[in-house]
Amino acid sequence: MTVDAVIVGSGPGGSAAADVLTAAGWSVVIVEKGRNHLLDPDDPTRPSTDYSNDEIKFLSRYFLGPDPLVEPRTFRTGEDDGDRVHVGEVNSVPTTVGGGGTHADGKVPRFMPGDFRMLSELGPLPGAEVADWPLTYDELEPYYAEVERAIGVAGLAGANPFAGPRSSPFPMPPGAPMFGALQSTAAAERLGYHPYPAPTAANSVPYDGRPACNNCGFCAYFGCPIHAKGDPVALLTRAMATGRAELLSETFVPRIRFEGRRATGVDLLAADGTERFLAARNVIVAAGAIETPRLLLLSEVDHPLVGRYLMVHFQTIVAGGMPFRTWSERGRSVTHVHDDMIVGDEASRQAARDAGLPWIRGGLVEHAGAAMPIMEAKHYPRGTVHNRLMADSPIRKKLWAFTMQGEDLAYPTNRVDLDPGFRDARGYPVARVTYRPGPHELAAHEHFGPRLAAILDEMGAEWTTVTSSPGRGNAGFTPESVPESRHNMGTVRMGTDPDTSVTDPWGRLHAYDNVVVADSSVFVTSTGYGPTLTLAALSARAARHLV
Amino acid sequence: MPSWLTEEERRVLEAACERTVPGTEDGPGAVAGGVPDYIDGLLGAFTVDPPRIWARGPTSGRAGGEAAFASFHPLSPLDELAWRMRIEGSQGLPEREFNGPVVGLQERYRTGLAALGSDFCELDRVGQKDRLAADPDFAELLFHHCCEGLYGAPEYGGNRDGAAWRAIDFAGDVQPRGWTDAEVAEP
Repeated sequence: MTVDAVIVGSGPGGSAAADVLTAAGWSVVIVEKGRNHLLDPDDPTRPSTDYSNDEIKFLSRYFLGPDPLVEPRTFRTGEDDGDRVHVGEVNSVPTTVGGGGTHADGKVPRFMPGDFRMLSELGPLPGAEVADWPLTYDELEPYYAEVERAIGVAGLAGANPFAGPRSSPFPMPPGAPMFGALQSTAAAERLGYHPYPAPTAANSVPYDGRPACNNCGFCAYFGCPIHAKGDPVALLTRAMATGRAELLSETFVPRIRFEGRRATGVDLLAADGTERFLAARNVIVAAGAIETPRLLLLSEVDHPLVGRYLMVHFQTIVAGGMPFRTWSERGRSVTHVHDDMIVGDEASRQAARDAGLPWIRGGLVEHAGAAMPIMEAKHYPRGTVHNRLMADSPIRKKLWAFTMQGEDLAYPTNRVDLDPGFRDARGYPVARVTYRPGPHELAAHEHFGPRLAAILDEMGAEWTTVTSSPGRGNAGFTPESVPESRHNMGTVRMGTDPDTSVTDPWGRLHAYDNVVVADSSVFVTSTGYGPTLTLAALSARAARHLV
Repeated sequence: MPSWLTEEERRVLEAACERTVPGTEDGPGAVAGGVPDYIDGLLGAFTVDPPRIWARGPTSGRAGGEAAFASFHPLSPLDELAWRMRIEGSQGLPEREFNGPVVGLQERYRTGLAALGSDFCELDRVGQKDRLAADPDFAELLFHHCCEGLYGAPEYGGNRDGAAWRAIDFAGDVQPRGWTDAEVAEP
């Protein structure tokens, strides 16, 4: 049997493609190497009940995967580090049915129109491969709206003065604002910034058969026990309900098979070790910006840019201790954000000049606290002081913080390739990440960090700290050199020129007629926004182009 | 609760845990909080079926719903491989040594507790701290497990009766009740 499409990966990208293709009548097999904790195994048109408010399960014991003992990655900051300096977790996105959509707290901002025209609007930056995307915001806008409707996004049109035009309102109003966010947004507004309710794929009202979020607080890094988070369960259940989709979980794809310019299908490796070939008329690769280039490299796709231009977000984390309880354990983890650090101002332009750069850009700033007690406990010293600190709780009860998802530029030296010396439990070479921030990321951090601290001061902070992930410094490896960001992008860049890009503007590999990349691998720039909505919109657009 | 440690090891473990996070007027210490049960339960996770790795969901019953945390998820073959490697170590088995030998938690605890010495319980506070400081990797492992055991869900063996959560004014798992919009915005 030959299926119309095999989709490798069941996260937001793969799910969006499955939704479009099955609606068009295609037969689809979705292959996911992780377990299925998202859909009811007896009725995959319904969500499962495996998720829970359980910090041990989700934050200490790899329930959503990947487990670094059996699916490690390796890391180095540059070739001068040798083959690797770290083995284990590296930029891990869940390896499970639903992929990154399962653990995210559901913030799904759109990019701004100018994000697609970075080179035209800002010009080049030495050392980085700044480029325009091969499509515009206007071309993607209908797909943004389509995905927002499908997964259910709560937001307030017009609240963000920097947002691009919308063809339709948000499907539902914003959810309850967190107490701490009300304080930090008021402080930000007093200083002239423009915070707004974060567009969030968590229901504020019952939507599409799923309940409204009940603010349990176990949101970021947790699966939603009531499936108020719609990404990607809404897309997957809809695809499964057509009867034209089959889901193969715990099944690994080690190789795409080719004949001439066409893929013929993929090899499958099941949990019990059995191998077989699945014939497919089209292959959709949606395994994420680290596993997708890994699969292309394992499949010997021959293009020098496969794996190049890895971007994450350079995170500036600014925390402040408040003289009041911030109640960060109640609500959707992040309910408010602001974009001012992306847009910039005269001060940021001067900071760029001071750093010898033509420009700098920050990123979306998330307003949030720290809610989980085990994580808090591990930060305090042991001994008799521990219980007193846990009771006073300067972190969980009184901390408020900003995380700026700073725009990370594309550098050819930042990349994913196959580690020559480490394998996963199935016997295949693991992905090796080579990553080091450039002068732009460090300069943006140095400029915007103190400005974010000033907002916390305005909020009433008794102390503030400014840190980053990865840690600053450009020489040698430390454990902080591995980025915390799970926003992986750019490793199979799209474009119109086969010499400077791996896929065409619809995500199709230049070298093969029926292989489409449908995840954030194709991103040309990282912008300062989370990638989920954009990658799902691109995937829907690519799938529509196929049918 | 599964048990893996010997009686002597358990005695040393309890003393080491209590030295790591002592009970105070602010909250229970590691022993009263059930941390030794949490650690022993993890080390002996595979003595029961399904192994005590991941409590089920979606609710514990503490805020309504069924007490589903009381049972545990079955492991997939890959999950079982990972957790046997983590707990038991690679033990020279080729299928566990695809990237070289792995020292498991059982061996780390057996070695670490032995190094603390059978007289550890009789030492004074300074003596115990010195012994723990002599093996910083083991002390760090023990501390992390103390944090998980004290402040994790009680179904894993620690946080006895939820006392540690009460001591820090943390509601714990709150599904299916959650929080009302007013409790979020104006607590």
